[in-house]
Amino acid sequence: MIPAAFEYYRPTDMAGVIALLQEHGDDARVIAGGHSLIPMMKLRMADVPHLIDLQGIEGLSGITVTDGVVRIGAMTTQHEVIVSDALAAAAPIMKEAALQIADPQVRYMGTVGGNVANGDPGNDMPGLMQCLNAQFHLTGPDGDRAVDARDFYEAAYMTEREDEEVLTAITFAAPTGGYAYEKQKRKIGDYATAAAAVQISKEGGKVAAASIAMTNLSDTPVWSEAAADALVGTACDEAAVKAAVTAMLGDIDPTEDNRGPVAFKRHAAGIVLGRAILRAWSRA
Amino acid sequence: MSNKMHVKLNVNGQDHEFLAEPRELLIYALREKLNITGPHVGCETSHCGACTVTMNGKSVKSCTVFVAQANGAEVTTIEGLGTPDALHVLQESFKEHHGLQCGFCTPGMITRAAKLLEENPNPTEEEVRFGIAGNICRCTGYQNIVKSILSAASELNAAKEAAQ
Amino acid sequence: MKDEITREDRVANLKGMGCSRKRVEDARFTQGKGNYVDDIKLPGMLHGDFVRSPYAHARVKSINIDAAMALPGVVAVLTAKDLEPLNLHWMPTLAGDKQMVLADGKVLFQGQEVAFVVASDRYVAADAVELVEVEYEELEVIVDPFKSLQSDVVLREDLVAEDGSIPNGAHGPRKHHNHIFTWEAGDLEATEQVIDNAEVVATEEMYYHRTHPCPLETCGSVASMDKVNGKLTLWGTFQAPHVVRTVASLLSGIEEHNIRVVSPDIGGGFGNKVGVYPGYVCSIVASIVTGVPVKWVEDRMENLMSTAFARDYWMKGKISATKDGKITGLHCHVTADHGAFDACADPTKFPAGFMNICTGSYDIPVAYLGVDGVYTNKAPGGVSYRCSFRVTEAVYFIERMIEVLAIELNMDAAELRRINFIKKEQFPYTAALGWEYDSGDYHTAWDKALEAVDYKGLRAEQAQRVEDFKAGKTRKIMGVGLSFFTEIVGAGPVKNCDILGMGMFDSCEIRIHPTGSAVARLGTISQGQGHATTFAQILATEIGLSAESITIEEGDTDTAPYGLGTYGSRSTPVAGAAAAMAGRKIRAKAQMIAAYLLEVHDNDVEFDVDRFVVKGAPERFKTMKEIAYAAYNQAIPGLEPGLEAVSYYDPPNMTYPFGAYVCVMDIDVDTGVPEIRRFYALDDCGTRINPMVIEGQIHGGLTEALAVALGQEIAYDDMGNVKTGTLMDFFLPTAWEVPNYETDFTVTPSPHHPIGAKGVGESPHVGGVPCFSNAVQDAFRPFGNRHTNMPHDHWRIWQTANNLGMHD
Repeated sequence: MIPAAFEYYRPTDMAGVIALLQEHGDDARVIAGGHSLIPMMKLRMADVPHLIDLQGIEGLSGITVTDGVVRIGAMTTQHEVIVSDALAAAAPIMKEAALQIADPQVRYMGTVGGNVANGDPGNDMPGLMQCLNAQFHLTGPDGDRAVDARDFYEAAYMTEREDEEVLTAITFAAPTGGYAYEKQKRKIGDYATAAAAVQISKEGGKVAAASIAMTNLSDTPVWSEAAADALVGTACDEAAVKAAVTAMLGDIDPTEDNRGPVAFKRHAAGIVLGRAILRAWSRA
Repeated sequence: MSNKMHVKLNVNGQDHEFLAEPRELLIYALREKLNITGPHVGCETSHCGACTVTMNGKSVKSCTVFVAQANGAEVTTIEGLGTPDALHVLQESFKEHHGLQCGFCTPGMITRAAKLLEENPNPTEEEVRFGIAGNICRCTGYQNIVKSILSAASELNAAKEAAQ
Repeated sequence: MKDEITREDRVANLKGMGCSRKRVEDARFTQGKGNYVDDIKLPGMLHGDFVRSPYAHARVKSINIDAAMALPGVVAVLTAKDLEPLNLHWMPTLAGDKQMVLADGKVLFQGQEVAFVVASDRYVAADAVELVEVEYEELEVIVDPFKSLQSDVVLREDLVAEDGSIPNGAHGPRKHHNHIFTWEAGDLEATEQVIDNAEVVATEEMYYHRTHPCPLETCGSVASMDKVNGKLTLWGTFQAPHVVRTVASLLSGIEEHNIRVVSPDIGGGFGNKVGVYPGYVCSIVASIVTGVPVKWVEDRMENLMSTAFARDYWMKGKISATKDGKITGLHCHVTADHGAFDACADPTKFPAGFMNICTGSYDIPVAYLGVDGVYTNKAPGGVSYRCSFRVTEAVYFIERMIEVLAIELNMDAAELRRINFIKKEQFPYTAALGWEYDSGDYHTAWDKALEAVDYKGLRAEQAQRVEDFKAGKTRKIMGVGLSFFTEIVGAGPVKNCDILGMGMFDSCEIRIHPTGSAVARLGTISQGQGHATTFAQILATEIGLSAESITIEEGDTDTAPYGLGTYGSRSTPVAGAAAAMAGRKIRAKAQMIAAYLLEVHDNDVEFDVDRFVVKGAPERFKTMKEIAYAAYNQAIPGLEPGLEAVSYYDPPNMTYPFGAYVCVMDIDVDTGVPEIRRFYALDDCGTRINPMVIEGQIHGGLTEALAVALGQEIAYDDMGNVKTGTLMDFFLPTAWEVPNYETDFTVTPSPHHPIGAKGVGESPHVGGVPCFSNAVQDAFRPFGNRHTNMPHDHWRIWQTANNLGMHD
């Protein structure tokens, strides 16, 4: 498994990155940790004549929490997500999810930016970002812009990001209430058979607000507004959970693969969501 | 189409400079350019961990790092963990507890375990199992690997206490 | 001379048989100083890489190598046309068939070798592979062996005569152009009669899915043709280096003395490295053509797609019994999918391996086995993945049939086993399908195992769990997996075991040095089993020199005596026996030397741990070290100088290790996720050489069994595409998915083996697979399950629950 040859660049500022992207268009890709891209290149399923390494650019990594807004630089690794005390306090669902991604070595290299930007429906962070209603910050030739995570994904590997743009950071309002990231997988290192991200806030014994997203159950991450709506105002009892699951099942569209047929995936999706809701509720 | 580039690596404390195509993988650069053959190639898709080295303080799978990305990095391999006269505690404890059989995963496994113990000097069995889950062993069933790592942790801790 | 240390100390100092000696191999492996094939780097060495077929069945219309050859750094691109003048475009398989080295007119499985690119480095080689243009014409693909036997599509045109008739194969008549052989054992008529008239009959069909040994190191070789001296050296991942030398000589025409085959350190084999692969042949040819060394090392996808699958047996069973559970007969038919070429690694007379051990551990008066081998558009192979030849299939079959019969009889499966075990006093026991079991004590082992796990308590807990599930109190059910296995290992007696005509003896050669240390060389090759440690222990006990003073060497055919290699748990039963016998020859000469030195008659001295002592006067002795020195430096009348011995051991029989395993499993019926709560493994491998190494083998074998039972498979789609080609989809469990195992043992020495040892490396896999599978199936038994096929991955377990209405 040897990739095709490429030109390698390690620019030291974002202008340099953008200039390279403009020059080479489709033929260029940025690389962060590379743990999605490099295997694809080695299998010669991704042809990247010009590879732009972002590691030389200052300020692309790090986690800050300011006035209730969490900002995670694109080059922040999953490992850094896991060990960040600030993040554990502001959005503990991030750590719970990151621990379920791949394995220790991959988490040291794999970045949040890479995970959300490449549009692989198997990645966990995109679903999580739906749940958290994050914004993705893109820098391009025309300056900066922000895109809602919920508007970002078009199809597998197809996103709102233009070829000349780079995803530099994600931000989201620190969530309140209970949380859970529940993932069923065949083994460590596998993508999800089904995974659910849930945030629930509680007032007076009732669900005040909820947000629910699913991973690897469609060609994009699925934010299920209907599922969340089914919980709001209820005591998160059995009937409410069932209603949420039913609503979610209307929003997903899994395909058969080695993890199982569609019927199984739909069933597993319902189970992981039910469990995620109950865990989030217990923490709300 | 691709020109060779100058690559600088510090491996096990020694500086190296060589020419390489950017696409060359760190594992092959180590093995074939620098003759550091401890880390092995097992799966090539970053699942098995046989190629694990420490790069800039992180455990990484060197089959999934281009040598261009590693340019300028500090790398530690199994060869840098101990010497024949002064073995790393893990090297001793893997032998003591039969934590290896064919030996192919062992360099990556021990390199990963060393980093794990650096970050978590007092792991539970569960933490050890989770912490080495990026390294596949086909021979041992892991039971004796886990035992080796837990035993090394106790020894390291005892040595630390004795030093204080 | 006063003896300062006690006899116990002398025994301990030997580090002989029975102690958990630490492994001598570990120093280099833990320091990254192993020497595996991909570590070999020779001056001027080139790299080979394959162009492989993307199609499972296609005509090769043309191959254009011009663009590849034009790439700087490319030295050669070999195709079948280049190999044909050397008669190397096809090669014989271990099963008496032949196999294309490079595609000759058509391809028969996805990943088949089409062209071999030789280039200055691996990067150029990989680029050149992309530049070779192959024009294919797709043909109808057959991946189902039953359809294959009905199909008009001829897979192997080379095996059909010009007049359309089907010539006999290596194992007799063929019924159809896609049929390979029929192999039968036992008495069909008598078996049918017993089953037709039985009080109770259970029938079941089961598929033992295709999987792969997948050692962490893939297969590879480095060939170096020294044209000056006419010598070919071949390093490679060979579980049988001597056989490779002989085959290489026969194929290439180079005389055997001019070929040196070396197996360096091997990163796990598990059967994958028994076969002879096109890569080996191409690296040799490329080195001969280019005159420089050529390395070929496959990548993981190539390994899973093209080298040595295991299993793929469709098994149909009938078992009959009396109403009270005494088994009266067994009928088994197997449709064996061998893929595109019959490259199974079995002794010549056993095209289905030792599948005829399928009567298991039970006293079954009459039985019949029929096996039909079939060609399909899948990779060739059919190796024994961590088992003796097809024994995993046989044990899985009988251990499932027992469970199904228990369901039919509404009987406890542990009790059903107990009343049918071959009794201790029946050994040596001749089974209905012909094997003579050398020894066993099954009842003792079974009782010990059931007591250790509190079997009755487990059944009570399970019954309660069923109640709780039905009452809606839990969604987790519980299974108690049982298995009792008898292995047949140590192939084998030359009278009935050979591979390509080479008898399956093994060998050991010992040379004692004057100062009382030694080197011993054997015909086997360790792939992690720790031979350098354990064979030295056998010799230490036999010759009275410390294991620490004995170097073990294997794998270099220029120095090691001829042997058939390491697989099928044959190293200890065969080479271990050779070591003991060679040691005894050393001891016999040492006795004469000692007697001379002590000035007594030969018969007046006796061996004691590390010395010979004068009978009745233990203070008068000569240590083996003293004897070794004298052997070289003292003129002893009537004796040649030196102290060396060689033994070639042809075992009189196989050995029959056995064991009793219990697995306790909880299953989440909603997700299909199984959790192994407990696994108890009792093994009886006869005399135990190194308990630490035995335990390690058992942990490893059980983990490979867990993988196979719970998810590991080589799956194909209808187009013959491999669906599980990387470690994302091919299940190798990590430390997180694997439990701790409890190990236990009994000791029933083999009566015919010089030290009573039986071999152990494969037992845990053979016994483990049915145990894990039975645990899953037992959990569903109270809800109506009879049999479901492996692998029991999440969705299939879920499917079982779903089919049983457990999600309603």
